[in-house]
Formats: sequence, C-alpha cells, structure tokens
Amino acid sequence: MRLLIIEDDRDAADYLVKAFREVGHVADLAVDGEEGLAHALDGQYDVLIVDRMLPKLDGLAVIGTLRSKGIETPALILSALGQVDDRVRGLRAGGDDYLPKPYSFSELLARTEALARRRGSREETVYRVGDLELDRLSHQVTRAGDEIVLQPREFRLLEYLMKHAGQVVTRTMLLENVWDYHFDPQTNVIDVHISRLRSKIDKGFAQALLHTVRGAGYMIRDSK
Amino acid sequence: MTALGKLLRTTAFKLTLVYLTVFALFAVFLLAYFAWNTRRLITEQITQTVDAEITGLAEQYRQGGIRRLVFVVDARSRRPGSSLYLVTTRAGEGLAGNVGSLATGILETAGWTETAYRRLDDPDGAEHHALVRVFQLPAGFRLLVGRDLEERERLHDIVLAAGRWSLAIVIVLGVAGGFFVTRRVLKRVDAMTETTRKIMDGDLAGRLPIAGTGDELDRLATNLNAMLERIEALMHGLKEVSDNIAHDLKTPLTRLRNRCEEALRLAEDESQYRAALESTIEESEALIRTFNALLMIARAESGQARDGMIDFDAAEIARGVGELYEPLADDKGIHLKVEAPAATLVHGNRELISQALANLVDNAIKYGGGMNGAEAEIVVTARGEGDRILLAVADSGSGIPPPDRSRAVERFVRLEQSRSQPGSGLGLSLASAIARLHGGELKLEDNKPGLKTVISLPRAGAVPSAA
Repeated sequence: MRLLIIEDDRDAADYLVKAFREVGHVADLAVDGEEGLAHALDGQYDVLIVDRMLPKLDGLAVIGTLRSKGIETPALILSALGQVDDRVRGLRAGGDDYLPKPYSFSELLARTEALARRRGSREETVYRVGDLELDRLSHQVTRAGDEIVLQPREFRLLEYLMKHAGQVVTRTMLLENVWDYHFDPQTNVIDVHISRLRSKIDKGFAQALLHTVRGAGYMIRDSK
Repeated sequence: MTALGKLLRTTAFKLTLVYLTVFALFAVFLLAYFAWNTRRLITEQITQTVDAEITGLAEQYRQGGIRRLVFVVDARSRRPGSSLYLVTTRAGEGLAGNVGSLATGILETAGWTETAYRRLDDPDGAEHHALVRVFQLPAGFRLLVGRDLEERERLHDIVLAAGRWSLAIVIVLGVAGGFFVTRRVLKRVDAMTETTRKIMDGDLAGRLPIAGTGDELDRLATNLNAMLERIEALMHGLKEVSDNIAHDLKTPLTRLRNRCEEALRLAEDESQYRAALESTIEESEALIRTFNALLMIARAESGQARDGMIDFDAAEIARGVGELYEPLADDKGIHLKVEAPAATLVHGNRELISQALANLVDNAIKYGGGMNGAEAEIVVTARGEGDRILLAVADSGSGIPPPDRSRAVERFVRLEQSRSQPGSGLGLSLASAIARLHGGELKLEDNKPGLKTVISLPRAGAVPSAA
C-alpha cells in the first residue's frame, strides 16, 4: 500500500513512516499543506493521512482542493480536535475517516487498511469467508450450508467484519460503524457482543474464523 | 471632554435642539400668517369703507357741486370717529376736511397711498399715518378720503412683540429643559459607563444600577446585568475547571512517571521492561480517556457544545444504548430491559445524550448488582412527563444513601462501595454536565431497592432555560 503522510510534527511523522514500513507499507512524507497537495496531485496513493493543522495550507483545505479536482483518494484526518462537530466538519470537507489524537498506531493502521480496501472493491451482495456465507440482501447467514439465526445487530456486526475480511477491525471502528456511536465506552461492551457472535458462528465448527488480534481488535479470516 | 462638551454632544441634547428649531419655526410661521392675514383684513376694511364714502361723496358733488361737497365733508369731518377727509382746489388750497401736513405729492397720486398727516384740529400734535385715496373731481378739485392706520400698526406691534417674546421664551425654556433632561440621562449613562469600567478592570461582581423607572435605560441595565451574571458564572466555572484539571490530572501523571522510574531502577530483564512499558501504555490510555472526559465536561459546562443540536427521538437512544449494553449485563447475571414504547422528541446533541445514558447504564452494571441473591435487574426508560422528557436507568443494587447523592456527581468521587472498581469516576459528572447543557438536570433517586438515575430534559420545541 502506498501512503502519503502530511504532518508537520517531525517526530510524529518519522514515527508513522517507520511504523508503516515495519508492516510492509510504503509511506511518503510532506511537511506542510502545499507540499502535501502537490504530492497528492502527482503521485498515485492508496490512502492519504492528513494532519488537520498544517502550515501554509490546512488539512481540510488540502482535501477540499483534491476533491474539487476530482481526486477521490481516501483521506484519513488526524486531529487534536476530537469533538463530534470537528469530526463532522472534517468528513464534510471530503475526508473519509477521522481519528482524534492521541491515537494508537494499531487503530490508525486498521483504519488505513480499511480505507484502502474500500477503494478497490465493488459492492458485493454476498460475503464469503471460508465456508461462512452472508447474503446482504436476504439477510441470511449460513455456514457449511446450515443456516445461522442472528439478531439484527449481530448480523450487522458480522457484515462489517466480513466486509473487512482479512483486516484488523478495532473496537472503535465497530462502535462507530455498527452502532453509530462516537464516544468511548469505558468497559468492554464490544467484546461481549463479539463473543456472542463468535459462539454462534464458530462454536461447533472445527475452524475458528473470528479471531482476536491482541492490542488491536478483531479480524474475520479464513485460516487456511 | 469637558462636562459641558459631553452634554452638548449627547443625542438627547441634539434632539432637543432639533425639536426646538422646529417648534420655533412653526411658531414664527403661525404668527407671521396671523399677522399678515389680519393686516390684510384691516386694510380691506379700510379700503371698502373709504370706497363707499368716496362713492357717496362723489354723488353729493354731482348733485350739488363743490359747495355741497364742502358742506358735507365739513360736517362729516367734525364727527368723532369719522374718516379722514380733505378737499382741495387744483392749487392745493384746502376747502374742507380734517387733515393737513400731508406728504408732498400725495394729491397728485391717483389710487391708494399711505401717507403721514396731522389733524387740523391738533396741528402741533403727533404725526399719524393713514391710508388714503385721492379722487380727481371735474374742474380740478381734489377729494381725499382715508382712514388712520393706527389700529393696523398697533396690531402689527402687538404681534411683533408676541413673536419676539414667544421666541425668546421657547428658546430659553427649550434649551434649559433640554439641558436638564439631558443632564439626567447623561448622569445615568455615566453611572453605567463607570460601573462597566470597574467591571472590566476586574470587579466581576459589579452590576449596573437600576433606577426603578422601568424605562429603556433600566431595561438595558437589567439585561446587561443578566449578561454579567452569566459571564461571572462562566468565569468561575472556567477557573474551577482549570483548577480541577490541573489537580486531577497531576495524580495519574505522577503515577505514570513513578512507574517508569521504578522500572528503570528495578527491571532486570527484557520481559520486565516490556511489562513496564505495556503498563505505561495502559496508564497513558486511561489518562487520555480521563482527559477527554474532563474536556467534554468543561465544554458541556461552558455551553460550547450548543451548536450541533437537533431534534431526535430519546426513546430510540434508550433502545440503542440498552441494546449495546445488554450482553455485558447478561454476562454479569443482570437482566437489562428497555421500556421506551412511545417516541419522545428531544432537542439536543445526540452524541452527548447517548454518552450520558451510556455512562449511567455502565454505572448500573458496575454497581447495580443484585443484593443478597435477589434477581438483578436494570430498567432503562424513556418517557415524557409534562413538559419534560425523562431518561432513567434504574438498578436493583445497593443504591446510594441520600447524603452521598450530591457528592457522587462530583468529579472523581468514588463512593466507598465502588472504590475497588475500575473507571475514572467521571461518569456521573459528565452525565450531569450534559444534562445541564441541555437545560435539564441529573437526579439520583431511591429505586427501593437500588438507585435510579434520571436525566430530565425539556421537550423538543420547549425553550430550554439557560444552563
């Protein structure tokens, strides 16, 4: 995955470039808004990671300019401003995701990969992981041919996981996309939902599909 | 600026001058009109009378010649209150009449003229003025008939004097009145300015004086005072918040630092270092969460989150939050149910209300376990009551004794029974701040047994009172 990181804080920028490299992604760096815009217009990037407060041209303006020129590269906004209104403003400016600082790298990585995937795929109506099938239209879930009955919320949870099959999905991402909540629940509410889902789709089957990724979140993956 | 200068520049004074000028002009106009018309009337009267006399006398002349005319004029001249007459020969020699000492050339002038004259029976007396008409008779005789203009002139003098006096009085009274009125207004405005200056210098407790007359200045003062009240409250809140934040964050920061130092001192192998680092990250994250919560409380209390408010269904929120927490409650052996059948509209920040309710439910799950083996139950309700919407979370735990209830809402307070549980201790604080931001409140009640936390909010469409 080719990434462009637009961040003026040298320490943070170096940290990100190194961290992404460690997991096998290539990251270019721009230290102000103008440089960032120039790079984004030239290169072919999979995801842009844009700090909101930048010298010369702020992050939202960079994204806005790109969008007005028809460049739809997914953009993830990093910002110290973490309130809901700030998030809304960021998304309205053309951003695709919004991560308040301070963030954990695993969260950033998971969201970046999710954005990159989104760019490529067409909208499919049936998700498949191993012998697990989810039909988005009929809301039917089967594994090895047997139907599994899920509550509506469980269905949406599974749907989101399968949409990002093979990628890490963090608890925050789940809370935002499956429940549309943007606060931080102090206890592990999500974990319990996951374990219930797991008992429905993995229990009794030889192969576990729903995995816990320590320190990051969850992933649904065919282990073969 | 001198005191007088200030006064003269006030709107009130300028307005007074404008009105003064308008009224003065109007008065002058009125008087002029009156004077002019009356003068015209009198003149008309005179001309009519004189014309009538001349016609009559001309007739006399025609009938009886100059002799007759002289006789008649003579008789009339002697009558008191009569007009003025003069009959002369072509040469100007007087034949009959009661006037003399006319202006030169009068007798040659045809038509109406004004002239000075003296009465013949009072040749050394004062000079008068008259409006006369000269009539040429055949054979060169001349007849002059006229009337004294004294009445007209007297009226003219009266009107002129009236005009001068009234103008003088209007101006004096106007200016004096304007002066006093303006001075009064200025005094009140000055008092306000002085108070404002003191307030800006730092005396936040200062308030504008209210005269009690209920006029526009009083209303302005009342409104400004309300604003000052609000500002003072906000400034106090701000100070409190920054004091709290400084204090409340220093403790976990110190703890973090100590842990790191300890690791540096005591750790011997990689696994111990790793453990120390991991625990540092955990502590940092807890710290970040605390900080975010404090920030949100501060924003909620200072009213910053007021934009982004929409109308939404509180019952839907209750169902959503209940559904999110149900599995967690179930895992702990607590039965959670939601009772929110009817749509209940609230006007507010959807995110914040969800968070507030989530905090309450979270608390209920943490501390609301069943007592002594009793069936543990949490009930989340959303319903309307009068002009309020009530979002409530009722548990069947040990509850909070009445004296502790107000303390529980304060930041970082963990009551005795909850000391051992994880969490930042900000849940109720934030929920309370959010409730107040929406013009509502958080109430803690006895659920008999257990605790019932209630967020009371105004209905959508109702105007929320200032938090």
